[in-house]
Amino acid sequence: MRGNLLDVKNLKVVFYTYRGVIKALNGVELWMNHGERLGVIGETGCGKSVTSLSIMGLIEQPGEIVEGNVYFEGKSMQKMNSSVLYDMRGKEISMIFQEPVSALNPVMKVGFQIAESIARTKKISIKSAYPDVFKMLELVGLDAGRVINLYPHELSGGMAQRAMIAMALSSHPKLLIADEPTSALDVTIQAQIMKLLDDLVSEMGNAVILITHDMGVAAEFCDKIAVMYAGNVVEYASTTDIFDEPLHPYTKGLLKAVPRVGQSKELVGIPGTVPDLVNPPSGCRFHPRCSHAMKICAEELPPLFEVKQGHYVACHLYTREGEHDGNRSKI
Amino acid sequence: MEIEVKSEMLMKVENLKKYFPISKSYFSHSVHVKAVDDVTFMIPTKSIFAVVGESGSGKTTLARTVLRLIEPTSGKIFYEDEDLTKFNSKQLRSFRKKMQIISQDPYNSLHPRKLVKDIVGEGLKIHFHMSSNAILDKVKETLERVGLREEHMFRYPHEFSGGQRQRIATARALVLKPEFLVLDEPTSALDVSVQAIILKMLKELKKSLELTYLFITHDLAVVDYMADYVAVMYLGQIMEMGTKEDIFNKTAHPYTLLLMNSIPDPDPHVRRGKMIPQGEIPSSVNPPSGCRFHTRCPYAKEICKREEPKLVKISGTHFVKCHFPNPT
Amino acid sequence: MTIITKEGKFKEFIKRREPIIEDWKHSLYLWKSTKLAMIGSVIIGILLFVVIFAPLIAPYDPFLNNMAERLQAPNWSHFFGTDQFGRDIFSRVIYGSRIEIWIIFLVSLISGGAGTLLGVISGYFGGIVDEIIMRTTDMFLAFPSLVLAMAFAAALGPSLTNTIIAISIVGWTVFARLARAEAMKVKKQPYIEAIRSVGAGNIRIMFFHVLPMCLSPILVQLTLRMGTIILTAAGLGFLGLGVRPPLPEWGSMVSDGRSYLVGQWWISTFPGIAIALVVLGFNFLGDGIRDIMDPRLRR
Repeated sequence: MRGNLLDVKNLKVVFYTYRGVIKALNGVELWMNHGERLGVIGETGCGKSVTSLSIMGLIEQPGEIVEGNVYFEGKSMQKMNSSVLYDMRGKEISMIFQEPVSALNPVMKVGFQIAESIARTKKISIKSAYPDVFKMLELVGLDAGRVINLYPHELSGGMAQRAMIAMALSSHPKLLIADEPTSALDVTIQAQIMKLLDDLVSEMGNAVILITHDMGVAAEFCDKIAVMYAGNVVEYASTTDIFDEPLHPYTKGLLKAVPRVGQSKELVGIPGTVPDLVNPPSGCRFHPRCSHAMKICAEELPPLFEVKQGHYVACHLYTREGEHDGNRSKI
Repeated sequence: MEIEVKSEMLMKVENLKKYFPISKSYFSHSVHVKAVDDVTFMIPTKSIFAVVGESGSGKTTLARTVLRLIEPTSGKIFYEDEDLTKFNSKQLRSFRKKMQIISQDPYNSLHPRKLVKDIVGEGLKIHFHMSSNAILDKVKETLERVGLREEHMFRYPHEFSGGQRQRIATARALVLKPEFLVLDEPTSALDVSVQAIILKMLKELKKSLELTYLFITHDLAVVDYMADYVAVMYLGQIMEMGTKEDIFNKTAHPYTLLLMNSIPDPDPHVRRGKMIPQGEIPSSVNPPSGCRFHTRCPYAKEICKREEPKLVKISGTHFVKCHFPNPT
Repeated sequence: MTIITKEGKFKEFIKRREPIIEDWKHSLYLWKSTKLAMIGSVIIGILLFVVIFAPLIAPYDPFLNNMAERLQAPNWSHFFGTDQFGRDIFSRVIYGSRIEIWIIFLVSLISGGAGTLLGVISGYFGGIVDEIIMRTTDMFLAFPSLVLAMAFAAALGPSLTNTIIAISIVGWTVFARLARAEAMKVKKQPYIEAIRSVGAGNIRIMFFHVLPMCLSPILVQLTLRMGTIILTAAGLGFLGLGVRPPLPEWGSMVSDGRSYLVGQWWISTFPGIAIALVVLGFNFLGDGIRDIMDPRLRR
């Protein structure tokens, strides 16, 4: 086991549509230990949300896991039956979403929904769950007495996300998956939510997977970062390694494209567009946009391997040390 | 109020207000959302004037009102020496050649049932009597200018990626050779790697075509990259305004400062735990009394609750609306 | 590109239209995978075939009285039997299809056209225009449609033209409401704002940009309403307020056989079956088209 909490091995997920088979995940490798904070970053269509759904065991028709495995604390989730998975969700793994208002049921009071989820995971009656609801809502900085009787649409985005966090953390899950938790919020509210999440998680010691497209959010919150592109993890390392010495050309490109306050550097984008995953490029899926692409890149998918202690990268530039600066033929 | 710069002003907006009625009741007093509440600024010719703010700041309403796509409640909008608010609809339509808008959502800003050539060529059909071949030539020229190719003319919008769609929207705006472009969050729906390319393109187009931009965004980092002048809006009012250097290096308003603190920095070595604004953004139906930011301001004093500060000049180009500017 | 050959031009033409062709292919695929639409289109296909080739299919003149052969039960020379004047019911049903199609065509054109136009205007401009048009539709919708159609038909006097007018007057409101709802949705889209900012006027925006986006739900509704149109026409014919004899309109044929229903069931039954089949066909087709146009099924 590479990680004692979660180990995703060679995960391949496809979706069947009229246009053809979408090869959404192309052998994702990912692992983490108890209490770690892992950031999964990538752009549209990189498969970060599909990865989180796979970890939750929520891939349903027309999607299918065709290969690979997700191990949670050493147990294969593919081999669990659906009732075990059902019990696990919310109790051991819980999730918060990008649109907190629409993730809540619009016709039920917020307090009731949280109580219901607590009642389900703790196997107690809904009524006796209310003291816990109060405690959790206070913990996330909401006026519990008021919020408990509100409907989701009466909450602002920030308040709704706090309520979602209260619900997700009420069962003290071992793993919290946060799927773009602040993308729909304003920056000042985002800062508040991220600080809250930081405080709560530090205290409770949950492991967190933070899925985001915002390099800044990931840099401030995470210990480790996995960079995804078109269905693969292309680089996986500690946050400082990723930002200080990125290895994969995509990660490098991404960092050059992010505008920063107080750094009047010229921005450099990555030419080309994200590939259509019905007909993905052969070999390394990034090669058509990569300025370092070699002949082998179009032929073979590079494996994710350890270049140095704790720094993993999936790129042919690093596979054969001898050829490193030698006869590299450009396509 | 004057911004003392040598260059000429392309646009002058004076005391602009836009209130949206929300209560349609015939009996009670109608309630208004004060989306833009007494805003005054000027845009120097051939510059990029950025308006930055969070949701509810009225920045998007401002963008549309300046172009009279939304009718202002009161105030004046001068384009060079002409007052746009005095134009009738026919004058306005022909004046639209000079000013264009590129909007936020590249997925809904292009007509889904029309070919790219028709989307881009529409303006030419409206304003000029041109043969369809001449229109095609012009469309092709404009598409090439924004980095697309001739073959893209005969495709539908859904076949393009977000970045390419934003290029098409840019071509549609540029085909009429405007002088003034309103960019309403042109890259907020795009990935960063694409955003960088589009921003760069917009900057280059500005230079080569000598355009003036009103750039609306929520992202201070993008402002820092793009803008010459910046106005920071909060709940329908300008809180601070000045050159880019004024805003970023000599920040005077607490809101601007806290807004900057809120931006997550993509550098793991920057220390965490900076001061950020407390609480929620109040509603613009009932904005707080006095200074609108006082409910979230860590430096607020008694007077802030009672008295609304004026937007005053604190240096040549730098304006701030605060009782106690320059917080430490 | 200096010399453009004819062939090259054709290839270019095809290439430019690739997305349109692709779109049609996709529609065809969806149509094939929708069973109801298939059944519906087969029924309507047969109907159209009958309409076009009526003189070749019908063995007799539908208006020819032949007292010697009156009230014959279905047999090999008269498939559907004969009526009280000795006219061949099979031929009358065949020719009747022409009248039904004519009614459908004109009513759809008038009520669909007028309704869509008024609806788009109402939805696009809003305000007082919207109030006036919508309150008018409310007035029409306050009555059961058949009763209203009867009132108009009775006031105008029974004839084919007046039947068409009466049904159209009753039917336009549905399309007006539908078009209004669509127009209200479309006019808020950013692409409409973009077109306005380019300098387009209201008329241009309304007809070239908003109207085309409203057409697909209208089309679905039109197909679904075609069954209702036949039923209304038949109802009027049956009550003697519609098409006058001797024209072989199916509703009035059912009415003709009313007094013979006990002994000579075939006079009313066969035109009745024709009505039922065609109504069913149009409903299936409408449902199918709705499925095909459903944006959730499209990519």
